[in-house]
Amino acid sequence: MSDLTHPVTSPAARPGRIRRWFTRPATAPSPAPSPAPAKRVQFDAPLLPWIFLAPQLVVIFVFFYWPSVQAVTSSFYIEDPFGFGATFVGIDNYRDALGSREYQRIAGFTALFTVLVTAFSLGLGLLFAVKADKVIRGRSAYRTALIAVYAIAPPVAGLMGMMLFDQHIGPFVTLAGWFGYEMKVGINYWDTASAMILISVWKQVPYNFIFFLSGLQGIPASVREAAVIDCRGGFTRFRTAILPLLAPTAFFLLIINITYALFDTFAVIDVMVKDKPANNPLTLVYKVYNDGFRGNDIGGSAAQSVILMVIVLVLTLIQFRWLERRVHYG
Amino acid sequence: MASITISNVSKTYPGAKAASVSDINLDIRDGEFIVLVGPSGCGKSTLLRMVAGLEEISGGEVSIGSRVVNQIDPADRDIAMVFQNYALYPHMSVRENMAYGLKNRRTPKPEIEARVAEAARMLELGPYLDRKPRALSGGQRQRVAMGRAVVRQPAAFLFDEPLSNLDAKLRVTMRGEIRRLQKRLGTTSLYVTHDQLEAMTLADRLVVLNGGRIEQVGAPLEIYHNPASTFVASFIGSPAMNLLDARIEGGRISLGSTQLDTSPVYGHSGPVTLGIRAEDLTPAAAGLPFRTDFVEELGAQRLVHGHVDGQPLVLTLDPAMPLHDEMRLSVAAARVHIFDTTSGKRLDLVRQTRQAAHQPA
Ligand SMILES: Nc1ncnc2c1ncn2[C@@H]1O[C@H](COP(=O)(O)OP(=O)(O)OP(=O)(O)O)[C@@H](O)[C@H]1O
Ligand SMILES: [Mg+2]
Repeated sequence: MSDLTHPVTSPAARPGRIRRWFTRPATAPSPAPSPAPAKRVQFDAPLLPWIFLAPQLVVIFVFFYWPSVQAVTSSFYIEDPFGFGATFVGIDNYRDALGSREYQRIAGFTALFTVLVTAFSLGLGLLFAVKADKVIRGRSAYRTALIAVYAIAPPVAGLMGMMLFDQHIGPFVTLAGWFGYEMKVGINYWDTASAMILISVWKQVPYNFIFFLSGLQGIPASVREAAVIDCRGGFTRFRTAILPLLAPTAFFLLIINITYALFDTFAVIDVMVKDKPANNPLTLVYKVYNDGFRGNDIGGSAAQSVILMVIVLVLTLIQFRWLERRVHYG
Repeated sequence: MASITISNVSKTYPGAKAASVSDINLDIRDGEFIVLVGPSGCGKSTLLRMVAGLEEISGGEVSIGSRVVNQIDPADRDIAMVFQNYALYPHMSVRENMAYGLKNRRTPKPEIEARVAEAARMLELGPYLDRKPRALSGGQRQRVAMGRAVVRQPAAFLFDEPLSNLDAKLRVTMRGEIRRLQKRLGTTSLYVTHDQLEAMTLADRLVVLNGGRIEQVGAPLEIYHNPASTFVASFIGSPAMNLLDARIEGGRISLGSTQLDTSPVYGHSGPVTLGIRAEDLTPAAAGLPFRTDFVEELGAQRLVHGHVDGQPLVLTLDPAMPLHDEMRLSVAAARVHIFDTTSGKRLDLVRQTRQAAHQPA
């Protein structure tokens, strides 16, 4: 190919083709077109890349697409509770779910729960990160203490939370008692909700803390110093010169935290409301589980999980479309 | 515009065993361009940062104008700083970068715009005002950093190796630009570099630092011709000054078995360090026996490396001059620097030599 494009630039190439393949005189102008774009790897066999991709594809298919398709299909059927076949019911399952007052109430609580958990987890994570970033003495001890919580498994966190809010030995209940309030977690709806939010936030703060802290430490010291000279007020400086540089981190964490609040708080909620009287706050995910595995309403539960999937999809799309544009990837 | 007074300033970093900067005294006149120069780790940045307020002052006092600034916030010291890696705000456009400091000081908007426009004109940044720093070349970023300092119209500019991230050619251009700008604005400047050439060309006065202490202060040529110590002698000037072990015996300087053809030297005898600049050596009929090792061609001149009495020596020669493997070199008596071998301090014996030459011996 290079012979066609540069037929005479390389006199050394002429005498013997074979020799040219093995030796290339260093002084002769290179016969290859030099401004070629970065070389792509080419496979001779068209099947080969698929073989390389196969394990990953299988995993994605088996654990993601297959269940998703299953969920979508079963959401259009009512399944016999004893497993004797299913009846196609169209969008009835969706209509039932969205029309039910209970579902709406739980959806409302889920929204509130998600907003509060996300806001507090991000806010506290950022606050601790900013404070930890300033600590010079005892730095690592402080950080380890904050990060350690992250190592606690969610059900254990839920259990610890239950202990903290226990009717008899829970320090939070005692604390509320001092203010003349009788806290009844597991019985009083809003008491349970508060405890649930508190434990969920507590569990997520370390995660945000780690990311914010590394984000802060990624900001060049000289940029901070330039800002110290340019702006007197610490808070204004943080808001105008530091925070915008944390935006990519914050954006990423926002998505992660919303997903956490919607789905990963399941174990915490489970520990807190299982075997408790019915009037307790639940989130949509917990209801999916309740209806599907406790109530054996596979169709309804599938419809609800499809709705959840759509919600997450829409939220993520909105975030990427709207927020990412305002984020500066310096 | 203001003078800067640094008195008895020292700095010990928390946890550090020794002071990084000790007992610095320096009076910087209004409008003066001072360059702090010295090898890596000698405390240049530390001193500059104490003036900026980015580093706490462990001892002594820094005044800008008539105000002691030890306890004053960096933003209130009326200084602007240019950093080595530019330190531009990545999320702000060039315009916003320059305006940021003014906006925070509640400068009226039309005034900000006027100053930014003026700085952009001076630094030829007009076409880039709406770009983000990441879309600029290194040289352009450096100019934005300069612009950010200029728009502030501060009492003093502080530069911490602002050119060391640029390539050699651009560095020379920017060097000229900084000097021109400073002359025009007449703003007191404190400039840190480890590049002695940059230091020589920019400074009204040079401050040579070594191990956290001032080794010598003076105009570039004054320091070049009268280095106060072997440290300064070897640091300022390129190629570095030749430093040779010699002896003074009975008023005569001898290098190995050769006696230097100078007038008698009084006030010292025993071993000394002899300093001779490469350009002060000339081939002659008689003098130091020199053996050539190799030659570096620089175009306008050539550097001839060799040795005298087993000690390395460099001399500069006109390329038109003939080269020999063995030469005899002579040096003017007034161009010989004598330093104490143990302390490295300059011994002012040469002047006595010159006076001695006028006396009937
Ligand atoms: N934050 C710090 N903590 C402890 N020691 C420090 C700190 N910063 C600097 N030092 C020490 O202080 C001394 C002077 O450092 P400084 O940064 O002022 O050197 P410099 O002259 O600017 O060197 P360079 O040319 O390499 O920038 C060095 O020995 C350094 O190790
Ligand atoms: Mg430095």
